[in-house]
Amino acid sequence: MAGSRKFRLTLRRKRQFAGYIFCLPFILGVTLFFAVPIVQSVIFSLSELKITHEGFTLTYVGVQNYRHALFVDAQFVRILVESMSRILVNIPVVLIFAFFAANLLNQRFKGRTLARTVFFLPVILSSGVIVRLAQADLMHEVADTQLEAVGEAMLAGRVVIGFLLRMKLPMELITYIIDAISRMPDIIEAAAIPILVFLAGLQGIPSSLYEAASIEGATGWEFFWKVTFPLLSPLCMTNIVYIIVDSFTSVRNPVVTFIANAAWGGSGYGVSVAMVWIYFTVIFAILGLAFLIIGRRVVYIE
Amino acid sequence: MNKHRFALLLWSVVRGCLVLGICFMIIYPVIVKISTSFMGLSDLYDNSVLFIPRDFNIEGYRIAWRFMNYPKYLVNTVCLSLGVSILQAAACTLIGYGLARFNFPGSRLLFILVILALVVPPQMIMIPVFLNFRFFDFYGILKKPINLLGTYWPFIITAATGMGLKNGLFIYIIRQHFRSVPKDLEEAALVDGAGIFRTFYKIMLPSATSVLLIVFLFGFVWQWNDVYYSQLYLRDSGRLLSFGLESIRSSYSDFVRSYPYAYSLGERIGRAATGSEQEITIINNAGMVLFITPLLIMYAFLQKFFVESIERTGLVG
Repeated sequence: MAGSRKFRLTLRRKRQFAGYIFCLPFILGVTLFFAVPIVQSVIFSLSELKITHEGFTLTYVGVQNYRHALFVDAQFVRILVESMSRILVNIPVVLIFAFFAANLLNQRFKGRTLARTVFFLPVILSSGVIVRLAQADLMHEVADTQLEAVGEAMLAGRVVIGFLLRMKLPMELITYIIDAISRMPDIIEAAAIPILVFLAGLQGIPSSLYEAASIEGATGWEFFWKVTFPLLSPLCMTNIVYIIVDSFTSVRNPVVTFIANAAWGGSGYGVSVAMVWIYFTVIFAILGLAFLIIGRRVVYIE
Repeated sequence: MNKHRFALLLWSVVRGCLVLGICFMIIYPVIVKISTSFMGLSDLYDNSVLFIPRDFNIEGYRIAWRFMNYPKYLVNTVCLSLGVSILQAAACTLIGYGLARFNFPGSRLLFILVILALVVPPQMIMIPVFLNFRFFDFYGILKKPINLLGTYWPFIITAATGMGLKNGLFIYIIRQHFRSVPKDLEEAALVDGAGIFRTFYKIMLPSATSVLLIVFLFGFVWQWNDVYYSQLYLRDSGRLLSFGLESIRSSYSDFVRSYPYAYSLGERIGRAATGSEQEITIINNAGMVLFITPLLIMYAFLQKFFVESIERTGLVG
């Protein structure tokens, strides 16, 4: 007995050791390029940084940088609030669009593979340098207005709007929907990866469920709302996290550009780091809120 | 029965319209870029020109090719993207496996760090990381700090330690995959006398090929498109396509300014090279097409695999 117990212990030890070996690269990386820099950035945000020939000097200034970011800088708070609200508005639209697009792409029809290929194209096209250049492009404006027209035509813009008005829906909701229609291109772009996640989830729904439901006499519509929708709800959480993180760290985000400009010139590095910390706190608050609101309604089926 | 078939038909028509419309919206900007890149100056503001330029010319491409340093920078970019994506796929596999299959003190903390590293905006740690590479001493082991900026070392080091671009996402995906592999498989290998590393290499790794390919592809594309880290690490000495593309505007106007009579270059785009906004628009569009063409070719070859295997990755977990 004693022998086997000793053996088990060494096996466990061995496995622990192996775990450390496998994770060693990350342990090195995360301390060097993440943990230490995070601590440093807290220190930097509380001090004034000057780069000299030999290195850099720090002088402690307390919360002055934060005060500067929040109360002295004329633009930061405005840009922050604007982009925050834009992202909050965007999340539901992107999520709903991705959900229905994934359902669309999951059905059988001619040219499905081709359609999927095109739907994932934004993963390749919509990042970094292309986006930056395209924004400065002359033809960009033209293309944008034309695309909006296509978006409206596709959803039969006028008809929809007239219909909504006649339904006597609250005006805020109507403007929201109209706004969403005109931003279709951006939404499609942002939805590429969420579509992928939903599609993967749809593939994971066992076919036995379909069979059982059809024997019970469920229609496609019922099946969609009673089976597909709840089964995909955990993925909504994954996608919301992805959408938030993606839009907060993208080059197109005005806050990111603003902070970067503040760092290399303008208000100085300390202030810009303070801004990032404020920004990060807001991101975390939004993520937490999303978890609170949606996390409870999610259905988990093992 | 008849009604049912009619409903199905109607739905497939609606579905076709939706799919076509969305596809069109995705492809449209690409078409505009391609068509603009072939235009002459007179076509730019001509409303009767729709997609197919009347004054068709490839001068924009010739200029973009030259000012982007295309062949040379292309080789650099391909090498860097390949190297980085292979390295980070390897590193993320090891890390993901370690986090998925071993319980050791601190493993949960490590996983939280993976997620945090993904969520924290890069601006927050931009300057500390920058200074870290400017005075790189590896935990003080190297006696004299060395300057790694302007070299490819920062890319290599961050990729090999799983701290590159969006690597948290890769580690997460790989971990989810390995967690879904049944434990029995591992135990059977152990009983048969395979050690931990051999089990990993012979049994677990082959099961993950499709995930690894996704990770590799995403890594490649994101590195190719990246400007943020490239500018941070390389500053002005970057010899990559993204730098070439971004600097076309300035280098072309510099050129025109110093050789105002260089007719041979701008001749066919306009009457003479003036470095005007319109000329640059055409050249920039040609540059963008040149920039994305290699990615599109790669995607065209791999799309079938990509689209099909993404469903089996266990991205869902």
